[in-house]
Amino acid sequence: MEIFNIVLRGIFIDNMIFAYYLGMCSFLAVSKKVETAFGLGLAVVFVLTLTVPVNWLLQEYVLKEGALTWIDGSFESIDLTFLQFIMFIAVIASMVQLVEMIIEKLSPALYGSLGIFLPLIAVNCAILGSSLFMVQKDYNIIEATSYGFGSGFGFFLAIIALAAIREKLKYSKVPPGLKGLGITMLITGLMGLAFKSFIGVAL
Amino acid sequence: MKMGLQLTRIRLMILNMSAEATVVEKEIKVEKKPAEPFLSKRRKNIVIDPLSDDNPITIQVLGICSALAVTVKLEPTLVMSIAVVFVIVFANLIISLMRNLIPSRIRIIVQLAVVATLVTLVSEFLKAYSYDMYKVLGAYVGLIITNCIVMGRLEAFAMANKPYDSILDGLGSGFGYAWIILTVAFFRELLGSGSIFDFKIFEALGWTTFPTNGLMVDSIGAFVVLGILIWIQRSKSGYVEH
Repeated sequence: MEIFNIVLRGIFIDNMIFAYYLGMCSFLAVSKKVETAFGLGLAVVFVLTLTVPVNWLLQEYVLKEGALTWIDGSFESIDLTFLQFIMFIAVIASMVQLVEMIIEKLSPALYGSLGIFLPLIAVNCAILGSSLFMVQKDYNIIEATSYGFGSGFGFFLAIIALAAIREKLKYSKVPPGLKGLGITMLITGLMGLAFKSFIGVAL
Repeated sequence: MKMGLQLTRIRLMILNMSAEATVVEKEIKVEKKPAEPFLSKRRKNIVIDPLSDDNPITIQVLGICSALAVTVKLEPTLVMSIAVVFVIVFANLIISLMRNLIPSRIRIIVQLAVVATLVTLVSEFLKAYSYDMYKVLGAYVGLIITNCIVMGRLEAFAMANKPYDSILDGLGSGFGYAWIILTVAFFRELLGSGSIFDFKIFEALGWTTFPTNGLMVDSIGAFVVLGILIWIQRSKSGYVEH
C-alpha cells in the first residue's frame, strides 16, 4: 500500500514538472506534437524506473558515509558523498547508452519511436533530480523504484497534456510576442494550478 | 540613349572594379593585422547578444528548470546566478582548451564530467562557507549539471572556438541567465513575501496590511511571471516564434 502511495504522490502531488520544475527544457521543446511527446514521455518513464534503483544501490553501497564496510570494516569512516554528482550523472549517461543499445537490438520498432529521444534524456534534469530527491527521502530499494516510476509517469502525463493543448492552440490567435514559449509558460502555470488541487488528497 | 546606357555601363564597371579593389585591400588588411584587439566589436557582441537578442532563457528556451525553482527569494537566486556564471565560464574555458583532444563520439560524457566536477566544487564551497544557503538550494545546485545552458554553450560554442572567446561567451550567457532569473525573483519575492532581500519593504513604507500573494511563492507564480517577462522581452526585441 505504501508503494502505491509513493507512485501516486510522484504522479500527482510531487509532479516533476508542476511541483519541482524539473525536465522543463525537454518539456517545452518536445511538446509541439502529441506523438513525439508520447515517445519522449515513454523514454523518460523507462529510464527513470531503471536509473533510480541503480543510483540507490550506488548511494547505499558506495557513496554514503560508512557504506564501504561491506568490503572491509576499516572503511567505516570513509565518506564519498562529494562524488555523488559525478557518479550519478555517469550512471545516467551510461544507462541511457545501454538502454539505447538494448532497445535497438530487441525491438527496432520501439527504437524507431524512442531512439532520437534517448540521448536527450541524459541531460534531462528530471532524471538527475529524481535520483537526488531519492537520496533526501531515505527510501528502501522497492520504494525508490516505485518513486522513479511514479515521477516518470507524472512527467509523461504532463507532457502529453501540454502537447494536446498546444496542438489545439495552433488555431487560436495569440499576440506575436506571446507566441510559442510565452503562452506555453502561462498554460503550464494554469495546468499547475489544476494539479495543486491534488495537494488536499491525503496519502 | 545609347550613349547614356554605355556611360552607365562604364560607371558600373568602374564601381565594380573599385569594389573589388577595396575587397582586395580589406583582405590584405586582415592578413596584416597581428592580433584581434582585446575587446573588438565581434567580441563585444559575443558578450552582449545573449543579454537580450539571443537570451538563453527567453529566446533559446534553455535552463528553465533552475530559473523557476530557486526564484522564490532574491538571495538564493543571486547565489544560484553566481554559481551558474562560475560553472559556465570555467566549463567553457576547460572544454575550449581540450576541444581538439576530445573524440566527438564521447564528447557528451567528457562535457558532463567537466561540468559535474565544477558543480561539485561549487556545492562543497557552499557547504563549507554558507551552509544555510546550501540547505535552501538543496538539490538544485546539483541540477546545474543538467542545466541546458551550460551543455548548450559547450556543445555550440566552446567545442569550436578559442579559449578567450569561450570565456566571453560564457560570461554573456551567464549574465543573460542571471538578469532574467533575478527579475523573476524580484517580482516573486515582492508580491509573494512583500520583501526585497528579506527586507519587509511594504511594512517599512507603512503599509502593514499588504496582501501577500500565496500563488507567487508557489510554482504557478514562477510560470506566470516568466511567461509575462518573456512576452515583454520578445515584444521589445521583436522576436517571433513560428
